[in-house]
Amino acid sequence: MPKRIISIIQGIGHRAIEGTWQVGLASRFFILVLLKSTTSLRRFGLVMRELYFVGVLSLIIILVSGLFVGMVLGLQGYETLQKFGSETAVGTLVALSLVRELGPVVAALLFASRAGSAITAEIGLMKATEQLAAMGMMAVDPVARVVAPRFWAGVISMPFLAAMFSVMGVFGGYLVTVVFIGVDEGSFWSQMQSNVDFRQDIMNGFIKSCFFGVAVTTIAVFEGYDAKPTAEGVSIATTRTVVTSALVILGLDFILTAFMFRGIS
Amino acid sequence: MQRTTMDLWVGLFVILGIGALLILSLKVGNLNTYSAGQSYQLIGHFENIGGLKIRAPVKSSGVVVGRVVNIQFSLETYDAVVTLSIDSRYIFPKDTFASILTAGLLGEQYIGLAAGGDEIMLKDGDKLMKTNSAMVLEELIGRFLFDKASESNDF
Repeated sequence: MPKRIISIIQGIGHRAIEGTWQVGLASRFFILVLLKSTTSLRRFGLVMRELYFVGVLSLIIILVSGLFVGMVLGLQGYETLQKFGSETAVGTLVALSLVRELGPVVAALLFASRAGSAITAEIGLMKATEQLAAMGMMAVDPVARVVAPRFWAGVISMPFLAAMFSVMGVFGGYLVTVVFIGVDEGSFWSQMQSNVDFRQDIMNGFIKSCFFGVAVTTIAVFEGYDAKPTAEGVSIATTRTVVTSALVILGLDFILTAFMFRGIS
Repeated sequence: MQRTTMDLWVGLFVILGIGALLILSLKVGNLNTYSAGQSYQLIGHFENIGGLKIRAPVKSSGVVVGRVVNIQFSLETYDAVVTLSIDSRYIFPKDTFASILTAGLLGEQYIGLAAGGDEIMLKDGDKLMKTNSAMVLEELIGRFLFDKASESNDF
Protein backbone atom coordinates (compact mmCIF):
# COMPACT_ATOMS: atom_id res chain seq x y z
CA MET A 1 0.00 0.00 0.00
CA PRO A 2 2.67 2.61 0.89
CA LYS A 3 4.34 1.68 -2.38
CA ARG A 4 1.23 2.75 -4.30
CA ILE A 5 0.99 6.01 -2.39
CA ILE A 6 4.63 6.71 -3.16
CA SER A 7 4.08 6.01 -6.85
CA ILE A 8 1.06 8.34 -6.90
CA ILE A 9 3.12 11.12 -5.31
CA GLN A 10 5.88 10.39 -7.78
CA GLY A 11 3.37 10.74 -10.58
CA ILE A 12 2.29 14.14 -9.29
CA GLY A 13 5.89 15.23 -8.96
CA HIS A 14 6.72 14.04 -12.45
CA ARG A 15 3.80 15.99 -13.92
CA ALA A 16 4.71 19.12 -11.98
CA ILE A 17 8.30 18.99 -13.24
CA GLU A 18 7.11 18.27 -16.78
CA GLY A 19 4.62 21.16 -16.66
CA THR A 20 7.22 23.59 -15.38
CA TRP A 21 9.58 22.48 -18.16
CA GLN A 22 6.86 23.10 -20.73
CA VAL A 23 6.15 26.60 -19.39
CA GLY A 24 9.85 27.41 -19.40
CA LEU A 25 10.35 26.07 -22.92
CA ALA A 26 7.30 27.95 -24.19
CA SER A 27 8.56 31.21 -22.66
CA ARG A 28 12.02 30.74 -24.18
CA PHE A 29 10.43 29.92 -27.51
CA PHE A 30 8.33 33.10 -27.25
CA ILE A 31 11.48 35.19 -26.71
CA LEU A 32 13.19 33.36 -29.59
CA VAL A 33 10.27 34.14 -31.93
CA LEU A 34 10.39 37.81 -30.89
CA LEU A 35 14.13 37.95 -31.53
CA LYS A 36 13.77 36.37 -34.98
CA SER A 37 10.84 38.52 -36.09
CA THR A 38 12.95 40.93 -38.11
CA THR A 39 12.62 38.81 -41.26
CA SER A 40 8.84 38.75 -41.11
CA LEU A 41 8.72 42.49 -40.51
CA ARG A 42 11.03 43.12 -43.45
CA ARG A 43 9.23 40.67 -45.74
CA PHE A 44 5.70 41.57 -44.77
CA GLY A 45 4.27 39.47 -47.60
CA LEU A 46 4.89 36.40 -45.46
CA VAL A 47 2.75 37.83 -42.68
CA MET A 48 0.12 38.89 -45.23
CA ARG A 49 -0.26 35.32 -46.42
CA GLU A 50 -0.72 34.07 -42.86
CA LEU A 51 -3.09 36.94 -42.07
CA TYR A 52 -5.31 35.62 -44.83
CA PHE A 53 -5.37 32.10 -43.43
CA VAL A 54 -5.54 33.07 -39.77
CA GLY A 55 -7.65 36.22 -39.89
CA VAL A 56 -9.80 36.36 -43.00
CA LEU A 57 -10.80 32.70 -42.91
CA SER A 58 -11.81 33.03 -39.21
CA LEU A 59 -14.17 35.89 -40.07
CA ILE A 60 -17.26 33.79 -40.76
CA ILE A 61 -17.23 31.87 -37.49
CA ILE A 62 -16.43 35.01 -35.48
CA LEU A 63 -19.15 37.14 -37.08
CA VAL A 64 -21.87 34.48 -36.90
CA SER A 65 -21.07 33.53 -33.30
CA GLY A 66 -20.96 37.20 -32.33
CA LEU A 67 -24.38 37.77 -33.82
CA PHE A 68 -25.91 34.83 -31.98
CA VAL A 69 -24.21 35.61 -28.67
CA GLY A 70 -25.56 39.16 -28.88
CA MET A 71 -29.04 37.95 -29.74
CA VAL A 72 -29.10 35.54 -26.79
CA LEU A 73 -27.77 38.24 -24.46
CA GLY A 74 -30.48 40.63 -25.63
CA LEU A 75 -33.21 38.06 -25.17
CA GLN A 76 -32.07 36.90 -21.73
CA GLY A 77 -31.30 40.42 -20.57
CA TYR A 78 -34.71 41.62 -21.65
CA GLU A 79 -36.48 38.76 -19.85
CA THR A 80 -34.82 39.65 -16.56
CA LEU A 81 -34.73 43.44 -16.87
CA GLN A 82 -38.40 43.82 -17.78
CA LYS A 83 -39.27 42.34 -14.37
CA PHE A 84 -37.79 45.51 -12.88
CA GLY A 85 -39.28 47.75 -15.52
CA SER A 86 -35.85 48.76 -16.80
CA GLU A 87 -35.81 46.98 -20.14
CA THR A 88 -34.17 50.01 -21.76
CA ALA A 89 -31.00 49.13 -19.86
CA VAL A 90 -30.68 46.05 -22.05
CA GLY A 91 -28.44 48.02 -24.42
CA THR A 92 -26.02 48.73 -21.59
CA LEU A 93 -26.09 45.10 -20.51
CA VAL A 94 -25.38 43.75 -23.98
CA ALA A 95 -22.67 46.28 -24.79
CA LEU A 96 -20.86 46.08 -21.46
CA SER A 97 -20.81 42.30 -21.28
CA LEU A 98 -19.62 42.06 -24.87
CA VAL A 99 -17.01 44.79 -24.79
CA ARG A 100 -15.59 43.89 -21.40
CA GLU A 101 -15.75 40.11 -21.35
CA LEU A 102 -17.49 38.09 -24.01
CA GLY A 103 -15.99 39.84 -27.02
CA PRO A 104 -12.34 39.24 -26.14
CA VAL A 105 -12.85 35.89 -24.39
CA VAL A 106 -15.24 34.10 -26.76
CA ALA A 107 -13.46 35.47 -29.82
CA ALA A 108 -10.17 34.19 -28.41
CA LEU A 109 -11.66 30.76 -27.65
CA LEU A 110 -13.04 30.53 -31.18
CA PHE A 111 -9.77 31.82 -32.56
CA ALA A 112 -7.83 29.16 -30.65
CA SER A 113 -9.98 26.37 -32.01
CA ARG A 114 -10.24 27.74 -35.54
CA ALA A 115 -6.81 29.22 -36.20
CA GLY A 116 -4.62 28.03 -33.30
CA SER A 117 -5.23 24.37 -34.04
CA ALA A 118 -4.56 24.95 -37.75
CA ILE A 119 -1.24 26.66 -36.98
CA THR A 120 -0.19 23.80 -34.69
CA ALA A 121 -1.18 21.13 -37.18
CA GLU A 122 0.62 22.89 -40.02
CA ILE A 123 3.87 23.43 -38.14
CA GLY A 124 3.67 19.98 -36.57
CA LEU A 125 3.20 18.33 -39.94
CA MET A 126 6.06 20.34 -41.40
CA LYS A 127 8.20 18.99 -38.60
CA ALA A 128 6.92 15.43 -39.06
CA THR A 129 7.71 15.49 -42.77
CA GLU A 130 11.13 17.01 -41.99
CA GLN A 131 10.45 20.20 -43.91
CA LEU A 132 11.73 22.25 -41.00
CA ALA A 133 14.93 20.21 -40.89
CA ALA A 134 15.32 20.64 -44.66
CA MET A 135 14.99 24.41 -44.26
CA GLY A 136 17.71 24.32 -41.63
CA MET A 137 19.92 22.42 -44.09
CA MET A 138 19.42 25.21 -46.63
CA ALA A 139 20.45 27.76 -44.00
CA VAL A 140 16.90 29.11 -43.79
CA ASP A 141 15.93 29.58 -40.19
CA PRO A 142 12.57 27.79 -39.75
CA VAL A 143 11.68 29.95 -36.74
CA ALA A 144 12.14 33.15 -38.72
CA ARG A 145 10.61 31.82 -41.94
CA VAL A 146 7.72 29.65 -40.69
CA VAL A 147 6.97 30.42 -37.04
CA ALA A 148 7.36 34.20 -36.75
CA PRO A 149 4.98 35.16 -39.62
CA ARG A 150 2.25 32.94 -38.15
CA PHE A 151 2.84 34.39 -34.71
CA TRP A 152 2.54 37.97 -35.92
CA ALA A 153 -0.49 37.21 -38.07
CA GLY A 154 -2.27 35.82 -35.01
CA VAL A 155 -1.25 38.72 -32.78
CA ILE A 156 -2.43 41.26 -35.35
CA SER A 157 -5.75 39.63 -36.19
CA MET A 158 -6.94 38.81 -32.67
CA PRO A 159 -7.89 42.38 -31.56
CA PHE A 160 -9.65 43.00 -34.88
CA LEU A 161 -11.61 39.77 -34.59
CA ALA A 162 -12.61 40.57 -31.01
CA ALA A 163 -13.80 44.05 -32.02
CA MET A 164 -15.83 42.62 -34.89
CA PHE A 165 -17.30 40.03 -32.53
CA SER A 166 -18.43 42.79 -30.15
CA VAL A 167 -19.90 44.89 -32.94
CA MET A 168 -21.84 41.93 -34.34
CA GLY A 169 -23.00 41.11 -30.81
CA VAL A 170 -24.29 44.62 -30.21
CA PHE A 171 -26.02 44.45 -33.57
CA GLY A 172 -27.58 41.11 -32.62
CA GLY A 173 -28.79 42.54 -29.33
CA TYR A 174 -30.23 45.53 -31.17
CA LEU A 175 -31.95 43.23 -33.65
CA VAL A 176 -33.65 41.13 -30.98
CA THR A 177 -34.59 43.80 -28.46
CA VAL A 178 -35.36 46.82 -30.64
CA VAL A 179 -36.51 45.29 -33.91
CA PHE A 180 -38.27 42.14 -32.69
CA ILE A 181 -39.37 42.94 -29.12
CA GLY A 182 -39.80 46.67 -29.53
CA VAL A 183 -37.65 48.30 -26.86
CA ASP A 184 -37.35 52.02 -27.49
CA GLU A 185 -34.49 52.58 -29.91
CA GLY A 186 -33.42 55.98 -28.59
CA SER A 187 -33.02 54.85 -25.00
CA PHE A 188 -31.34 51.64 -26.11
CA TRP A 189 -28.49 53.59 -27.72
CA SER A 190 -28.36 56.51 -25.30
CA GLN A 191 -28.22 54.29 -22.21
CA MET A 192 -25.52 52.25 -23.89
CA GLN A 193 -23.49 55.30 -24.82
CA SER A 194 -23.75 56.94 -21.42
CA ASN A 195 -22.62 53.78 -19.62
CA VAL A 196 -19.91 52.38 -21.86
CA ASP A 197 -16.73 54.30 -21.29
CA PHE A 198 -14.09 54.53 -23.99
CA ARG A 199 -11.05 54.18 -21.76
CA GLN A 200 -12.35 51.92 -19.03
CA ASP A 201 -14.38 49.52 -21.12
CA ILE A 202 -13.42 49.60 -24.78
CA MET A 203 -9.68 50.13 -24.35
CA ASN A 204 -9.49 47.51 -21.61
CA GLY A 205 -11.32 45.03 -23.81
CA PHE A 206 -8.91 45.84 -26.62
CA ILE A 207 -5.89 45.32 -24.36
CA LYS A 208 -7.38 42.03 -23.20
CA SER A 209 -7.73 40.78 -26.75
CA CYS A 210 -4.12 41.75 -27.49
CA PHE A 211 -2.97 39.67 -24.51
CA PHE A 212 -5.12 36.75 -25.64
CA GLY A 213 -3.75 37.02 -29.17
CA VAL A 214 -0.17 36.76 -27.91
CA ALA A 215 -1.05 33.89 -25.55
CA VAL A 216 -3.01 31.82 -28.08
CA THR A 217 -0.53 32.15 -30.93
CA THR A 218 2.45 31.52 -28.66
CA ILE A 219 0.83 28.30 -27.46
CA ALA A 220 -0.14 27.30 -31.00
CA VAL A 221 3.30 27.82 -32.56
CA PHE A 222 5.07 26.30 -29.56
CA GLU A 223 2.93 23.16 -29.52
CA GLY A 224 3.44 22.77 -33.26
CA TYR A 225 7.19 23.23 -33.05
CA ASP A 226 7.40 21.00 -29.98
CA ALA A 227 5.20 18.21 -31.40
CA LYS A 228 6.49 14.66 -31.69
CA PRO A 229 7.22 14.20 -35.42
CA THR A 230 4.63 11.48 -35.89
CA ALA A 231 0.98 11.46 -36.96
CA GLU A 232 -0.04 10.77 -33.38
CA GLY A 233 2.26 13.48 -32.04
CA VAL A 234 0.67 16.08 -34.32
CA SER A 235 -2.81 15.07 -33.24
CA ILE A 236 -1.85 15.28 -29.54
CA ALA A 237 -0.23 18.67 -30.10
CA THR A 238 -3.35 20.02 -31.83
CA THR A 239 -5.57 18.87 -28.98
CA ARG A 240 -3.19 20.36 -26.45
CA THR A 241 -3.22 23.70 -28.26
CA VAL A 242 -6.99 23.99 -27.94
CA VAL A 243 -7.15 22.79 -24.33
CA THR A 244 -4.19 24.83 -23.06
CA SER A 245 -5.32 27.94 -24.94
CA ALA A 246 -8.81 27.73 -23.45
CA LEU A 247 -7.44 27.35 -19.93
CA VAL A 248 -4.85 30.11 -20.37
CA ILE A 249 -7.44 32.49 -21.88
CA LEU A 250 -9.86 32.02 -19.01
CA GLY A 251 -7.17 32.24 -16.33
CA LEU A 252 -5.55 35.27 -17.95
CA ASP A 253 -8.96 36.87 -18.28
CA PHE A 254 -9.52 36.63 -14.55
CA ILE A 255 -6.13 38.15 -13.78
CA LEU A 256 -6.55 40.97 -16.31
CA THR A 257 -10.08 41.70 -15.09
CA ALA A 258 -8.88 41.86 -11.51
CA PHE A 259 -6.26 44.42 -12.52
CA MET A 260 -8.43 46.47 -14.87
CA PHE A 261 -11.84 46.69 -13.29
CA ARG A 262 -11.02 46.89 -9.62
CA GLY A 263 -12.22 50.16 -8.22
CA ILE A 264 -14.66 50.85 -11.01
CA SER A 265 -18.15 51.28 -9.71
CA MET B 1 -4.30 31.89 -54.61
CA GLN B 2 -3.17 35.01 -56.41
CA ARG B 3 -1.07 37.35 -54.40
CA THR B 4 -3.24 40.35 -55.25
CA THR B 5 -6.54 38.70 -54.26
CA MET B 6 -4.99 37.69 -50.96
CA ASP B 7 -3.81 41.24 -50.36
CA LEU B 8 -7.31 42.46 -51.17
CA TRP B 9 -8.89 40.12 -48.64
CA VAL B 10 -6.38 41.01 -45.93
CA GLY B 11 -6.91 44.68 -46.68
CA LEU B 12 -10.67 44.24 -46.32
CA PHE B 13 -10.11 42.33 -43.08
CA VAL B 14 -7.97 45.09 -41.58
CA ILE B 15 -10.40 47.79 -42.70
CA LEU B 16 -13.30 45.84 -41.18
CA GLY B 17 -11.36 45.47 -37.94
CA ILE B 18 -10.53 49.15 -37.70
CA GLY B 19 -14.13 49.95 -38.63
CA ALA B 20 -15.37 47.72 -35.82
CA LEU B 21 -13.11 49.49 -33.34
CA LEU B 22 -14.39 52.85 -34.57
CA ILE B 23 -18.01 51.75 -34.26
CA LEU B 24 -17.31 50.50 -30.75
CA SER B 25 -15.77 53.78 -29.67
CA LEU B 26 -18.23 56.12 -31.40
CA LYS B 27 -21.54 54.30 -31.47
CA VAL B 28 -21.30 52.01 -28.44
CA GLY B 29 -18.93 54.01 -26.27
CA ASN B 30 -19.07 57.63 -25.25
CA LEU B 31 -15.99 58.92 -27.02
CA ASN B 32 -18.07 61.46 -28.93
CA THR B 33 -19.39 63.00 -25.74
CA TYR B 34 -15.89 63.72 -24.51
CA SER B 35 -15.48 67.39 -25.11
CA ALA B 36 -12.22 68.01 -26.86
CA GLY B 37 -12.49 71.62 -25.75
CA GLN B 38 -10.89 73.37 -22.83
CA SER B 39 -12.07 72.99 -19.29
CA TYR B 40 -11.46 74.71 -15.98
CA GLN B 41 -11.47 73.35 -12.47
CA LEU B 42 -13.54 74.31 -9.48
CA ILE B 43 -13.23 73.08 -5.92
CA GLY B 44 -16.12 72.39 -3.59
CA HIS B 45 -16.09 71.41 0.08
CA PHE B 46 -18.88 69.06 1.05
CA GLU B 47 -19.78 67.86 4.52
CA ASN B 48 -20.94 64.52 3.16
CA ILE B 49 -20.65 63.31 -0.40
CA GLY B 50 -22.75 60.16 0.03
CA GLY B 51 -22.07 57.84 -2.89
CA LEU B 52 -20.56 60.40 -5.26
CA LYS B 53 -17.83 58.92 -7.44
CA ILE B 54 -15.06 60.21 -9.64
CA ARG B 55 -16.28 60.84 -13.21
CA ALA B 56 -19.81 61.51 -11.98
CA PRO B 57 -21.51 64.18 -14.10
CA VAL B 58 -21.87 67.83 -13.08
CA LYS B 59 -25.19 69.14 -14.30
CA SER B 60 -26.84 72.51 -14.41
CA SER B 61 -30.56 72.51 -15.22
CA GLY B 62 -30.10 68.88 -16.22
CA VAL B 63 -27.45 69.62 -18.85
CA VAL B 64 -24.06 67.97 -18.33
CA VAL B 65 -21.54 70.80 -18.00
CA GLY B 66 -18.60 68.88 -16.56
CA ARG B 67 -17.37 65.94 -14.53
CA VAL B 68 -16.03 65.19 -11.06
CA VAL B 69 -12.31 64.62 -11.48
CA ASN B 70 -11.09 64.16 -7.94
CA ILE B 71 -12.43 63.45 -4.46
CA GLN B 72 -10.26 63.81 -1.38
CA PHE B 73 -10.64 64.14 2.34
CA SER B 74 -9.25 67.33 3.78
CA LEU B 75 -7.43 67.10 7.09
CA GLU B 76 -7.65 70.88 7.62
CA THR B 77 -11.39 71.25 7.42
CA TYR B 78 -12.33 67.59 7.99
CA ASP B 79 -14.66 67.43 5.04
CA ALA B 80 -14.66 66.11 1.49
CA VAL B 81 -12.90 68.18 -1.19
CA VAL B 82 -14.38 67.58 -4.63
CA THR B 83 -12.64 68.88 -7.75
CA LEU B 84 -14.94 69.56 -10.68
CA SER B 85 -13.80 69.96 -14.24
CA ILE B 86 -16.19 72.28 -16.07
CA ASP B 87 -16.33 72.86 -19.81
CA SER B 88 -15.02 76.36 -20.47
CA ARG B 89 -18.04 77.15 -22.62
CA TYR B 90 -20.00 77.34 -19.38
CA ILE B 91 -19.11 80.00 -16.84
CA PHE B 92 -20.93 80.41 -13.57
CA PRO B 93 -21.37 83.34 -11.16
CA LYS B 94 -19.39 83.48 -7.93
CA ASP B 95 -22.36 82.59 -5.73
CA THR B 96 -23.30 79.40 -7.60
CA PHE B 97 -24.86 76.78 -5.38
CA ALA B 98 -23.52 73.21 -5.68
CA SER B 99 -25.49 70.32 -4.27
CA ILE B 100 -25.15 66.55 -4.51
CA LEU B 101 -28.30 65.10 -6.02
CA THR B 102 -29.51 61.66 -6.96
CA ALA B 103 -30.79 60.74 -10.41
CA GLY B 104 -34.00 58.82 -9.87
CA LEU B 105 -34.86 56.92 -6.73
CA LEU B 106 -31.84 54.63 -6.67
CA GLY B 107 -29.81 56.19 -9.46
CA GLU B 108 -26.27 57.46 -9.51
CA GLN B 109 -25.32 60.64 -7.70
CA TYR B 110 -24.27 63.79 -9.50
CA ILE B 111 -23.50 67.39 -8.67
CA GLY B 112 -26.12 69.96 -9.54
CA LEU B 113 -25.07 73.58 -10.05
CA ALA B 114 -27.64 76.32 -9.56
CA ALA B 115 -26.38 79.63 -10.90
CA GLY B 116 -26.53 82.65 -8.58
CA GLY B 117 -26.81 86.32 -9.45
CA ASP B 118 -23.32 87.60 -8.78
CA GLU B 119 -21.59 89.80 -11.34
CA ILE B 120 -18.20 88.17 -10.82
CA MET B 121 -17.69 84.83 -12.55
CA LEU B 122 -15.85 81.76 -11.22
CA LYS B 123 -12.35 81.21 -12.57
CA ASP B 124 -10.05 78.19 -12.77
CA GLY B 125 -9.16 76.93 -9.27
CA ASP B 126 -11.87 78.89 -7.51
CA LYS B 127 -13.79 77.52 -4.55
CA LEU B 128 -17.53 77.06 -4.58
CA MET B 129 -18.78 78.90 -1.48
CA LYS B 130 -22.23 77.42 -1.14
CA THR B 131 -22.50 73.65 -1.07
CA ASN B 132 -25.18 71.23 -0.02
CA SER B 133 -24.35 67.70 1.15
CA ALA B 134 -25.79 64.49 -0.15
CA MET B 135 -28.92 63.18 1.46
CA VAL B 136 -28.18 60.19 3.62
CA LEU B 137 -31.21 58.01 4.21
CA GLU B 138 -30.35 57.16 7.82
CA GLU B 139 -29.96 60.82 8.78
CA LEU B 140 -33.21 61.65 7.06
CA ILE B 141 -35.12 58.94 8.92
CA GLY B 142 -33.38 59.89 12.16
CA ARG B 143 -34.42 63.54 11.75
CA PHE B 144 -37.96 62.50 10.92
CA LEU B 145 -38.23 60.31 14.02
CA PHE B 146 -36.73 63.06 16.16
CA ASP B 147 -39.27 65.57 14.84
CA LYS B 148 -42.12 63.16 15.49
CA ALA B 149 -40.92 62.57 19.03
CA SER B 150 -40.66 66.30 19.79
CA GLU B 151 -44.11 66.89 18.28
CA SER B 152 -45.76 64.32 20.54
CA ASN B 153 -44.05 65.85 23.59
CA ASP B 154 -45.89 69.13 22.99
CA PHE B 155 -49.18 67.58 23.91
